[in-house]
Amino acid sequence: MTVLVFCEVLDGKLKKASREALSIGRKLAEAAGADLAAFATDRAAADDAGRYGAKKLYVADAGAYNTETYTAAMQAAITASSASIVLLGGTSNGRDLAPRLAARLDAGVASDVDRLEWTGGKLRARRPVYSGKAFATVEISSSPAIATTRINAFPAEESGGGAAEVVEVSASSDSKTKVVETKISEGDELSIVEADIIVSGGRGLKEGANFSIIRDLAHAIGGAVGASRATVDAGWIDHQHQVGQTGRVVSPNLYVAAGVSGAIQHLAGMSSSKHIVAINKDPEAPIFRIADLGVVGDLFTIIPALTEEVKKAKAH
Amino acid sequence: MNSVVCIAQVPDTETRIKIGGDGRHIDDTGIKYIVSPYDEYALEEAIRLKEKQGGDVTVLAFGPDRVQQALRESLARGATKALHVKGESADADSLGIAKVLAAAIKTVPHDLVFFGKQGVGTDNSLVGPMVAEILGYPQVNVVTHLEVADGKVTAHREIEGAEEIIEASMPAVITAQKGMNEPRYASLKGIMAAKKITIDSKSVSDLGLADSDIVNQRVTVVSLELPPEKSGGRKIDGADPAAAAKEIVRYMKEEAKAL
Repeated sequence: MTVLVFCEVLDGKLKKASREALSIGRKLAEAAGADLAAFATDRAAADDAGRYGAKKLYVADAGAYNTETYTAAMQAAITASSASIVLLGGTSNGRDLAPRLAARLDAGVASDVDRLEWTGGKLRARRPVYSGKAFATVEISSSPAIATTRINAFPAEESGGGAAEVVEVSASSDSKTKVVETKISEGDELSIVEADIIVSGGRGLKEGANFSIIRDLAHAIGGAVGASRATVDAGWIDHQHQVGQTGRVVSPNLYVAAGVSGAIQHLAGMSSSKHIVAINKDPEAPIFRIADLGVVGDLFTIIPALTEEVKKAKAH
Repeated sequence: MNSVVCIAQVPDTETRIKIGGDGRHIDDTGIKYIVSPYDEYALEEAIRLKEKQGGDVTVLAFGPDRVQQALRESLARGATKALHVKGESADADSLGIAKVLAAAIKTVPHDLVFFGKQGVGTDNSLVGPMVAEILGYPQVNVVTHLEVADGKVTAHREIEGAEEIIEASMPAVITAQKGMNEPRYASLKGIMAAKKITIDSKSVSDLGLADSDIVNQRVTVVSLELPPEKSGGRKIDGADPAAAAKEIVRYMKEEAKAL
């Protein structure tokens, strides 16, 4: 029996989502008395995969991500490894691939899970529903059982293993789609999905140009820029930054909300953040109900002061 | 150019979720249902294609009778046909729903099949790609821009920190992301016209499927719980920005260990 983890490589290293998926995969493998294996399309993953506990790395020479060729390659790796649990980090590609693979194998899949356990011979997963207003625990009866893991929900922990043994699997190049261009977003802005720290701006910023003070703080702190739905709908900032029910659900270590009142849809998208700081001039703003540290005051004076203070702290 | 748009009917995003008596479903007493917000972008895109290139836009939904309201709203916005597959979708897993939709899509002429990138609420983001796999079609997920010409689609797919421009043959499955377009509201004329359109209705068995194909086959909800109530922490006065900034940095360093 094998737990197989779909891994993605960026600049020669495993993506954070892949390291997290391997780490929880190792725990499941221990509980189920199974082996941990990884899949990648790059042999460079062997060292990293081994470091996170994978004994074998199944490699398909499938090039850059393509739904159909990767589905075929993962199917080959699942067969070759007799995998009964398949995990994918919840990246764009992981989320694109998991349902396609599940339909091909007539398998059950749970998306965006933040807890996983092997119990009574079945995979149990907890996942946020209604953007985190509730949590569903689901049981997957099929083999393989498939899950995509929520980024930041499982700590990445090395096991100290040596390089994984590379096993080649075949890859077909048949696909009805082709990527003709990849455009990197302007600036080198961090994605809110992967960030450990998010600084979000809301309607309290009064106009789009004022997002610059949010960006300055995010930059000083090393975090991503988030936004409320109102600011996105007003065209102040791109929707990739939107946190909440029609944006992304995030759970960073630190979430700073400035001028965000805290509509129910926004709270649903960020309330599982581990530490929440809110700055708002309205002492009755709903965001204060979930903030660990609330500051009642003017964001236009507090945020720049905070940026300076963060820079000082970082310089030490 | 014929499109099918799959519509999920979901609780209004304003809804305060309560857990039902069985501990596995939400309590739907008093819930207002809406068309899942991402499906509005999918529908709008299909209607724009029809306006440019002709053809039909068929809206398709699986579920109890209440989903007819979502189909009716979609017709009022500009869809030309509607198909309701009657059945209890609450206990179906995503693949079960995908099997029903795929079978229904086969009964309707189509070049493109649209979904929202996720059903708001269950938040699975699974059904669109599953339907693509069942039908053997290419998929482009989380699309922010679409062009259709010369028998193929060119779609912009949003990924972390970048955008991929993907070409796909047709028929294809497209899942819509916010920003793809600005969905229109239904006009009075549209609402009146929609009333004249008959919603076609089929059962799961009409599609050659049995309940056992769709209900609790692979994924079962064991329990549904509300998150622990957060009580809110300390609130401080920010009248002195420098002092407030110092306190926030202390919190970030000592408690959040983020600096």
